[in-house]
Amino acid sequence: MSEVKPDLVDVQIDGVWHQFPKGTRLIEACRQAGAEVPHYCYHPKLTSPGNCRMCLVETGMPPRPAPGAEPPQPDESGHLPISWIPRPVIACANTVAPNMGIRTTGAITEGCREGVMEFLLANHPLDCPICDQAGECTLQEYSVEHGKGESRFREKKVKKPKNVEVGPRVRLDDERCIMCSRCIRFTDEIADDPVLGFTDRGSHTVLTVYPGRELANNYSLNTVDICPVGALTSNDFRFQMRVWFMRETNTIDVNCATGCNITVYSRQNKIYRVVPRQNNDVNSDWMPDSHRLNFHWIDGESRLAEPMVKENGGHRVASWAEALAKTADKLASLSGAEIAVIASARMTNEELFLVNRLVKQIGAGHVEVVPRLGEADGYLISADRNPNTNGVKLVLGIESPGSGLEGVKSGIEEGRIKAVLCLQENLVEDGGFSPELLGKLDFLLATYPLANPTTGLADVVLPGACWAEKSGTMINVAGRLQRLNKAVEGPGQTREPWEIVRDLIQALGGGNGIYSVTELFNQLASEVPEFKGLSWGQIGDLGISLIDTGETIPAIEREKQRKAAGLIVG
Amino acid sequence: MDWHLLIAAAVKIVVFVFLMTLPLVAMSVWAERRVSAAIQDRVGPNRVGPFGLLQAVADGIKFLLKEDFTPAHVRKTYYWLAPALTMVPSLLTCAVLPFGSQLFGEKMVIADLDVGPLFVFAIASLTVYGIVLAGWASNSKYPFLGGVRSTSQMISYEISLGLSIIPLVMIYGDLNLGRIVFDQAQNGWALLPLWGEGLSLKGFILAIPIFISFIVFTTSMFAETNRLPFDLPECETELVAGYHTEYSSMKFALFFLGEYAAMIIGSGLAVTLFFGGWSLPFGWLTPASPDAEVPFLHGCIHILAFFAKVIGFILFFIVVRWTLPRFRYDQLMRLGWVFFFEIALANVVLTALLLWWLG
Amino acid sequence: MAIIVQRPKLKWWENLYLPGLISGMRVTLGHFFAILLRKKKVTMQYPEEKWDAHLPDHYRGAPALVTDDQGRERCVACQLCEFICPPRAITIKPEEIPAEDKWAKVEKRPRAFEIDMIRCIYCGLCEEVCPEQAIFLRKDYAITGTSRAEMVHDKKRLYEIGGVRTGLVNKWNELK
Repeated sequence: MSEVKPDLVDVQIDGVWHQFPKGTRLIEACRQAGAEVPHYCYHPKLTSPGNCRMCLVETGMPPRPAPGAEPPQPDESGHLPISWIPRPVIACANTVAPNMGIRTTGAITEGCREGVMEFLLANHPLDCPICDQAGECTLQEYSVEHGKGESRFREKKVKKPKNVEVGPRVRLDDERCIMCSRCIRFTDEIADDPVLGFTDRGSHTVLTVYPGRELANNYSLNTVDICPVGALTSNDFRFQMRVWFMRETNTIDVNCATGCNITVYSRQNKIYRVVPRQNNDVNSDWMPDSHRLNFHWIDGESRLAEPMVKENGGHRVASWAEALAKTADKLASLSGAEIAVIASARMTNEELFLVNRLVKQIGAGHVEVVPRLGEADGYLISADRNPNTNGVKLVLGIESPGSGLEGVKSGIEEGRIKAVLCLQENLVEDGGFSPELLGKLDFLLATYPLANPTTGLADVVLPGACWAEKSGTMINVAGRLQRLNKAVEGPGQTREPWEIVRDLIQALGGGNGIYSVTELFNQLASEVPEFKGLSWGQIGDLGISLIDTGETIPAIEREKQRKAAGLIVG
Repeated sequence: MDWHLLIAAAVKIVVFVFLMTLPLVAMSVWAERRVSAAIQDRVGPNRVGPFGLLQAVADGIKFLLKEDFTPAHVRKTYYWLAPALTMVPSLLTCAVLPFGSQLFGEKMVIADLDVGPLFVFAIASLTVYGIVLAGWASNSKYPFLGGVRSTSQMISYEISLGLSIIPLVMIYGDLNLGRIVFDQAQNGWALLPLWGEGLSLKGFILAIPIFISFIVFTTSMFAETNRLPFDLPECETELVAGYHTEYSSMKFALFFLGEYAAMIIGSGLAVTLFFGGWSLPFGWLTPASPDAEVPFLHGCIHILAFFAKVIGFILFFIVVRWTLPRFRYDQLMRLGWVFFFEIALANVVLTALLLWWLG
Repeated sequence: MAIIVQRPKLKWWENLYLPGLISGMRVTLGHFFAILLRKKKVTMQYPEEKWDAHLPDHYRGAPALVTDDQGRERCVACQLCEFICPPRAITIKPEEIPAEDKWAKVEKRPRAFEIDMIRCIYCGLCEEVCPEQAIFLRKDYAITGTSRAEMVHDKKRLYEIGGVRTGLVNKWNELK
C-alpha cells in the first residue's frame, strides 16, 4: 500500500479501498466510488439535518483491542481489519475516518431502505397519474429500486391539505410531502426568507407557510426544483406537460449578466419550462424566478415570423432576398458617416464579430449598443441586465458600451446620420430614441424577435431569432465564456442574427463562406486575441473563465464561505 | 350526293354504333364481372342500379373524372394517338356488319360493301398499330414487351383468321356479308344446315370444313382480341398491365373499350358467318329475296335475333376466359404457326376438293 | 441439383385440348348456375349484414374514453397513452379541474383528448397502460369519415363511443 498522505484517509467502500480527503461525507465518498446512496433530505448546497433516514449505510472501524489484548495487525495490503457495527449510520452527515469500512449493500442497509420506503409510502397518495413530479420523482425511483413492492398498510391514510397556494408561483400538496425539509432549509439558508416550516407531529406533520406570510421571494421556484417529490409544484408549469415528453437543452439565461446555467425543456418546438443547471462558478443550483419565467413571449402573439418592408406607410411581407436587397441598395447610396449601427449586448460574441465586419465594410461612422442597467439583488441578478456586455467590449471593441448613444441621437437630430441599422434592439422602448427622432431617418432597419415600436417605424423589418432559437457564446459578468445552445426552431422564416448579419454583408458585396456557428467561432478565435486557441468544444456545458473582470457573483461567494465553514458540501 | 342516303347512313351509324354497340360494350363489361363472380362463388357488382346494371355508368364517370395523367418520360404524340388507334378501327368494322334485314326499306347495314370480310380484316389489323404505338410510346419496359408480344401475336393469328374463312367464301361464292346472311337464312346456317338447300347430303358434307373453319376462326378471334387464354400482351403476372401500363383515366378507358368493342365485332362477324346473322332458324320470317319488302315487325325481330346471338357469343367468350388458364408464349406461337396455319390451309384444299367432288 | 419433373404423357385426344376445355367449362358453369339458381351463398352483403354479433370479447376496435357509475370522466390526462402509442395517434392537452367542480380533488383532467383514427393501429396498448381504467377499445370497427379532420376523434366523440362503464376500481372515492 502506498504511503497515506496526511490529508487523505483510506476508506473501504463495498470491499474496495479508496482514498478521500478528511471531512468528506460518507454519501459523497460513496458517490465518488460509484455506489450511489439513495437520499431525500440531503442536498450538497444545504445543511444536512439527517431526517429522512434513507441514506443509512452499514459502517465499520478497526476493532479496539480489549486491555491487554494484541492490537489488530494490518493485512498484506496494509489495512487493518474492519469490525462492522451492527447499527447503520446516515451517510449524509457523517464524515470519513481512517480505515473506515462502508457497505452500501447487504441485509442491514437494504432492510433499512425497505423500511424507510414503506414508512414514506404508508401515507403517500397514489396519484402519480396527476402528479407533475412523476417521471423525475425520487420517491418513484427509489420505490422501484429499494421498495418492498407492496404495502402492508391496511389503515386509512392520513388526510392533509392539498392544493395549497403557498406563494404566487408555488403550490403545495401536503399529502405528497415526505418531510425532507429541503425547501425549509433553502428559504432559510439561501433565500434568507424563512417562511416555511413544519407543524404538528408524527404522521400528522405538515409543511406550512408562516401565518400571514407567503413564499413570494424571487427564488421561490427553486424549492420546486429541489423538492424530491411532487409536494411543491410550479403554478406556471403545473399540468402543462409530462416531463418524459420533453427534450432538454443545456444553455444559459440571458436576462442578466450573470448568465445562469439553465436547461430548457421543450416539446414539439414549444418551450414548457426552464430550470437551473448546476454550475458552481456561476449560479450554483439556483436561478431567480423572474428570469426563469421570462420565456412565454417566445411563442407569443407578437412574434415576427416574416421579413417585411415598408410601403405606402404600411408593412408588407417580403422575401428575405427582397428585404436584404432593399437594405443593400439603400446603404450603397449613403456614405459610411451617415450610417449608424446599433447592435445589442444581448447578441452573442459570434454575432458581434460579424457586426464588426459589417461596420468595417460599410465604414459606419457610429457603432453602439443599448445599455440596460438595473439593481443587483445581492444573489444572482446582476446590475447589468445585458448578458454579453463583456463580449461587446472584447469583440466589438467598445470601451464603455452605451456612452455613444447620445452622440447618435444628436447626429440624427442634426441630420448627420441618415440611416440606422438596429440589430436585435428596441430603440424606442429601451434605447430612449423617440419615434419622432427615428422618423427623421431616411432609412431604418430593425431586426428583433418581437414586434415593437421600433420595428413599427422601420423601413425593413427582419425577424431575428431569440435566445432559445440560436447558438453562440457569451461572456458573463465575471468574465466567463459560456455557450448558448439552440433549444427550439424559430417561427416561420426567422433567421439567427448571425445569419442575418452574414446575409447583409453578402448583399453588400462582401464574401461569406460561413455556414455554422462553430465555423464562425473558429474565425472569431483566430482574430480576437482573448479567444486565441479556443475551440467550440473546449467551452463545454459549463463554460471557461476567459478574462478577469474583478466582479463576483454574491450568491457564489456566500456559498464558498459556507463551504469553507463546513456547513455544506458544496 | 344523295341527301337521303347520307342521312340514312348517319342514322344507322348513330343507332348501331353509338346506341347499340357502345352500350353493349358497357353491358359486356358488367356481364364479364357478374359472370366471373358467379363462377367464383362471388356476387359481383350489384350495388349501382338494379342488379348493378348501372355499374358501367359509374365506371365511365370515374374514368372521365380521373386525372388525365401523362407521364413525363413518354413520347407525347404517339402516346396520345395510341388509344384512339385502338378504339377507332374496332368501331370502323361495324360498318359492314348486317345487323338486321330491313327497316323502312333500308338495309340494316351501314355500308353494304361487296368485300365485307376483307374490309373487316383490313381494318381490324390496324388495331395492332395502336397497341404497338402504346407499347413503344410509353417508353417503359413492360409496355414495350406487351407491345412486341401483341404485334407478333396478332400478325400470326391474322393469317389463320383470314385463311379460316376462305372455305366459307368458296362455298357461298360471295364476299357481301348481307348476301351471305340471306343465303344462310334461306338455306340453313353454315353450322346448322337443317333447312332449305342445306338439308341435303352436300350441306352436311360441307358442314365438316365449315366446322373446322369455325374452330380456327373462333380461336384466332380470341387471340386477335387479346382475350384469355391468349392475353399474353397484357398478362398481369408477367407484364404488370402490358401495353397500357402507363395509361390512366380516359385513355386507359379507350383501350378497355376498344378491347371489348373488338370482342363484340368479332362475335358479330362469327355470328354473321357461321350462325346466320340476323336470320331466325328454320327459315322463319325470311324475306323472299334480298331486296324484298320486309314488314317492320319482322325487321325488328331480325335485329333482336342478331343481338341475341351476339350476346350469346359474348357470354361464351366470357365463360372461356374464366375457365382456361393462360397459354405460354411459345405454346401460343406454336399453336398459331404449326397447327392453325396448316389446318386452315388444308381446310381450303379440303373444301376445294369437296366442292369439286360434289359438283 | 436440378429436378426433372416427369410430365404426364397425354393421349391424343387430350392433346386436342378440347376435352380439357369441356371439363373445365363443366366446372365453371356448375358454379355459375349454382350461384345463379341460389343453391349456394357465400358472400355476406356487408352494410346490410354484419359480423357484429359474432365479434369475440377480446376484439379490439376503436379506442374510447369512459365515464364511471358516478358519472365521473375517468381520464386524468396523465398522458401515458400518448407516450405508449406506437403510431403517436393520441394528443392530450391537460387542464386543472376548477375548484367549484364536484371532482375538484382529482385536480387534473384532459382539456382536449384527440385520437387520430387514421393513425390508430388498434394495438390496445393505451388500454393496457392506462392507470385509471379510463380508455378502452370498443368493438366499433367501421370508423369512417369524409375528411381527415373528421377522422380525428375529439373528447366528445370518444365519450360518445365509450359511454358508461361500471365495475371499475374506484380510487378517487371519499375514503381516499
